[in-house]
Amino acid sequence: MTAPLSAWIHSIAVLGPGLPDWPTTAAVLRGTQSWTFAPTVLTAPDLLPPAERRRAVKVVKLALSVGLQATTAAGTDASALATVFTSSGGDGLNCHQICETLASDDRQISPTRFHNSVHNAAAGYWSIATGATAPSAVLCAYDGSFGAGLLEALAQVAVDKVPCLLIAYDADYPDPLRATRPIPDAFGVAMLLAPTPGEHPIGRLSAALTTDAAATLPDSELESLRRAIPAARSVPLLAAIANDTPGRIVLDYLDHAQMAVEFST
Amino acid sequence: MTPFQISRYTATTCLGRGIEPLRDALLAGRSGLKPCHFETVALQTWIGEVEGVDDEVLPARLSAFDCRNNRLAQIGLMQDGFAQAVQDAAQRYGKDRIGVFLGTSTAGILETELAYRRRDPVTGALPADFHYAGSHNTYSVGAFVQAWLGLTGPAVVVSSACSSSAKVFASAARMMAAGLIDAAVVGGVDSLCLTTLYGFNSLELTSPDACRPFDRNRDGISIGEAAAFALLERPAATLADDAILLLGVGESSDAYHMSSPHPEGRGARQAMEAALASAGLTAADIDYINLHGTSTPSNDAAEGKAVAAIFGAGTPCSSTKGATGHTLGAAGGVEAVISALALRDGFLPASAGTRDPEPGLDYLLATRQQPVRRALSNSFGFGGTNCSLILGRAG
Repeated sequence: MTAPLSAWIHSIAVLGPGLPDWPTTAAVLRGTQSWTFAPTVLTAPDLLPPAERRRAVKVVKLALSVGLQATTAAGTDASALATVFTSSGGDGLNCHQICETLASDDRQISPTRFHNSVHNAAAGYWSIATGATAPSAVLCAYDGSFGAGLLEALAQVAVDKVPCLLIAYDADYPDPLRATRPIPDAFGVAMLLAPTPGEHPIGRLSAALTTDAAATLPDSELESLRRAIPAARSVPLLAAIANDTPGRIVLDYLDHAQMAVEFST
Repeated sequence: MTPFQISRYTATTCLGRGIEPLRDALLAGRSGLKPCHFETVALQTWIGEVEGVDDEVLPARLSAFDCRNNRLAQIGLMQDGFAQAVQDAAQRYGKDRIGVFLGTSTAGILETELAYRRRDPVTGALPADFHYAGSHNTYSVGAFVQAWLGLTGPAVVVSSACSSSAKVFASAARMMAAGLIDAAVVGGVDSLCLTTLYGFNSLELTSPDACRPFDRNRDGISIGEAAAFALLERPAATLADDAILLLGVGESSDAYHMSSPHPEGRGARQAMEAALASAGLTAADIDYINLHGTSTPSNDAAEGKAVAAIFGAGTPCSSTKGATGHTLGAAGGVEAVISALALRDGFLPASAGTRDPEPGLDYLLATRQQPVRRALSNSFGFGGTNCSLILGRAG
């Protein structure tokens, strides 16, 4: 072991159903505020050029919104940051429309729809919007996508000794794909991770693989959210951070391996 | 970075299964491209199709993964003793100490396209045999390869369009440097489908003929499919002279446009400079550049400017996409394998299809046989995602 997989958390951002930001989410996870369920509200960030803002698809709005929430909260210049984007799927509506067109007699796909179909669409728009020319990893590990992104981000911080913005996001699909992938709504989480504590660190994370079972949430509605949206597999970790409770939290990752995250303050 | 050994490598492309037919075709300057008669596609373009993919049968226990992409992955895993080399590594390190890092852009989207033709006419539902996780999801090839090889370490799919299977080398190298794993299966699998054929056609980026990278009259890409794999480990204590090492990796983002590169090749240049810095080398140390060289007017122009700015006109270079087609998410893996072959066997592969190259580069129209010590391989993708790899011989 040459470099432990650990990092300081400089900021956190969340956007999900009834969870417009991290302060609200933290209050819900602490139990000091009730969770008023409402569909996730997505808006296209002003940073995008007007043409791109008009055409921004759901996952792009989601990923850019949480990413910007996190850089704003940390007071960091987004243009200099390495990023890790991780998602279980691309934009469902866009994919549906392409497959429907290809199954029809006229197979001409719109160019915009095609370039929005790549899994790295959000990373591309992020780089255009913020001017970030640093590397961007774009990952998928099905339901384990949050864990995969966290591992990659921690490795970048530990090995490359640079801050790294982790952005995990998933959005719902329309029918008929929805029946095969019943993600109910959009949920995104971002964390700015860094090798040094900075001025106001939220805490410190380290991670390793384990075969122990993943933690569940005592609140049945939050547990439903955790299970339904891959990016929300992060919620047990977010709960420990919101409650300022140091300790070991096992997160869902792959079929045969979970991720043991140690949170300390 | 600390070098890693690429202890086994293999690629299956339209030129054949495994590295021998690939090497023979490159030495002969031969192309595997042919006019497109794929599925029901009605487009005037050429493709690089792997023969016999639909005849491949997956093991019964993995039948949920059945799709063209995973059939192609299985064919690829069985060439050049690759699967056996991974089993040997699992014996040495433990099956939980080997990661799987694969690139794809298509995953098994062809299965979804075909399922949409079979939707229930009343309810619109997809057919019951459609398996989202096994074929459609971007991670499907990662889950399939990990299960097929019986590995239990970390696994992930990188899906950053055409840089995907170059960037996996960076992710794997970081995980090994961090001590999380002792070895990694890296590579990429991308397969022909309607989305990429019609999509690139809609962007007017496909050629009506076989592609001609860096030709003054180039007019677009020829889409191919491929499976490429490499086994990455810490270098053995004693290395044969022809052992292949990963010496450096450089990544960048264009921050410019979703489907056009920065016109001056800013991101390409940044990735190549980062790779040289990562390897502790200068431009003069590179003997061959495997260009991204998609054969579109704007991509090749931008890459040519970036290469000339760093290397001048003296470094031999070529794109091998005239032979293999542009294998999209698998291109970085295929071209890393081609670079490894060039290093091992001492040759500089010609650019099949190119007749009248752009001036200003030492662009290879014929294969040259000469020693190669270090090679740089470029992979640049949609959304402005760039990655350059530097491979070298041990001796």
